[in-house]
Amino acid sequence: MRGGGLSALLFLMPMLVVFTVFSWIPIGQTVLMSLQQTNLVTDPVFVGFDNFRTVLKDPLLWTAVRNTLWFAFLALIIGYPAPLVLAVLMNEVRKLRGLYSALAYLPVVVPPVVAVLLWKFFYDAGPHGMFNTVLGWFGFEPVSWLQDASIAMVSLVVEATWAAAGGTVIIYLAALTRVPPELYEAAELDGASVWRKVWHVTLPQLRGVLLITFILQIVGTAQVFLEPFLFTGGGPANQTTTILLLIYNYAFATSLGGDYGAATALSLMLAVVLAVLSALYFRLTRSWSTS
Amino acid sequence: MSDRGVLSSYDRKRPGVRRGLRVVNGALLAVLFTAGLGPVLWLAKAAVTPTQDTLRTPLALWPNGFDFANLATAWTRVEIDKYFLNTVLLAAGAWLVQLLVAMTAGFALSVLRPRYRKIVTAVVLATLFVPSVVLLVPLYLTITDLSLINSFWAVWLPAGANAFNILLVQRFLDGLPREVFEAARVDGAGPLRLFWSIVLPMSRPILGVVSVFAVIASWKDFLWPMLVLPDPSVQPLSVRLPALQRFVELDVFLAALAISTLIPVVLFLIFQRLFLNGGALGGAVKG
Repeated sequence: MRGGGLSALLFLMPMLVVFTVFSWIPIGQTVLMSLQQTNLVTDPVFVGFDNFRTVLKDPLLWTAVRNTLWFAFLALIIGYPAPLVLAVLMNEVRKLRGLYSALAYLPVVVPPVVAVLLWKFFYDAGPHGMFNTVLGWFGFEPVSWLQDASIAMVSLVVEATWAAAGGTVIIYLAALTRVPPELYEAAELDGASVWRKVWHVTLPQLRGVLLITFILQIVGTAQVFLEPFLFTGGGPANQTTTILLLIYNYAFATSLGGDYGAATALSLMLAVVLAVLSALYFRLTRSWSTS
Repeated sequence: MSDRGVLSSYDRKRPGVRRGLRVVNGALLAVLFTAGLGPVLWLAKAAVTPTQDTLRTPLALWPNGFDFANLATAWTRVEIDKYFLNTVLLAAGAWLVQLLVAMTAGFALSVLRPRYRKIVTAVVLATLFVPSVVLLVPLYLTITDLSLINSFWAVWLPAGANAFNILLVQRFLDGLPREVFEAARVDGAGPLRLFWSIVLPMSRPILGVVSVFAVIASWKDFLWPMLVLPDPSVQPLSVRLPALQRFVELDVFLAALAISTLIPVVLFLIFQRLFLNGGALGGAVKG
């Protein structure tokens, strides 16, 4: 059954139309628009690299870059190990495993907007706020979770971790079932303790998956939008303005039609940085991930 | 598939290990219960608790009084019913478009196999590597040019351009026995017949996976519908809820949040295995 000819083309039509109009052309347009001054009224004008210069000169850009890196870093130390620890522990459970996985996954199906709005309430700064009530039991002072510039980002990361960890747990659990039992048995013959088995068998066996979830997390956190947008709107004092929030503000913050040139220039720069980062990462780690 | 983890069955029989394991498993269950189910249960409780109770004692296990009217108020006076319907319509349309695009494309590429299939597949998969933020502004302007602002099509059509779905369907169809297709062909079935009567019925498992992910993703979506549906009367729950917070009383607002959470949670409970097998996701991540 080769060629297919006309009928293959007909069956491909929906995909070709949808991808052309809503994916391929817009991707090309991004490049074009980053070199133009565009608004909804007049015709676009070519301005060379002016948009890039404008963005790079914007002092807010460097705030946003710093905040995004800070978010990514916090997500790495809080959000990256959490699902791994959970999955390794859950893999030892023999009874009611389904219950454990279902409980771990449940936050993932809560709509993200609901999750953020709910946590916003939990993060209430007053002494009767949910988390502050718990702190009160132990005699601690109430904390301004979202208003205090030094911990607002941590609060955002904790919520984001809660919302996403379950998905990663399921991926790790699937990978854990593929660890050959012989490796554990061999380690046991050598008298390895539980910790040594985890360190020398489990983690090395998971490295392929761990490497992928690592870069996926970096790419994901570099584009964080929902949490800063809904929790803090970038505040206090721009301390939670991320790159994506800045792109959004360039393009859509005013209803008159924003600075589309600057927005596309910045999104293009972000995409290139992420692509280069991923390529470098996979090149560097290729030798360890062969499993 | 192994039936053991770090601990061997011999380890598990030792009294010390057994006791330790029981403590660890119990603690783990307590943590998962509190963190995973806790907030959802709390939301369910808060939905039927008067504002003052929720504010004064947010952690009370049992409310002083119930206020079931919250749910009714949210549903009718705050018009959650309308936004709920919008959410359902948006999800249903996005689901249909994604299914249509992914199945026809998967069928053409995997079963009919035109000569240019490799190129097409490559160009589709390449979009997986383009972060969605790159599309945001030009896609918004495309929608403006097509005068689709405030139309559900603005959400439905772009949803179809999902390379991940096509990858999933293509992989699945590549795994089906080709003899069946050849036999059908010999019996005189044309491509349409082959698609409708042979391939579609055989694709039920992958249709289920694509469907559930499509509905959940649409239910979760926020930024895109917010941009292209500025008119509140066509907005889905996710877009409307943050705005409602400003002028609705807390207990009613929490009831609205609970209503928005209900459908995804129910879908999850029904299709648990689809989510938890990790098959679809794990397989894709493994690459």
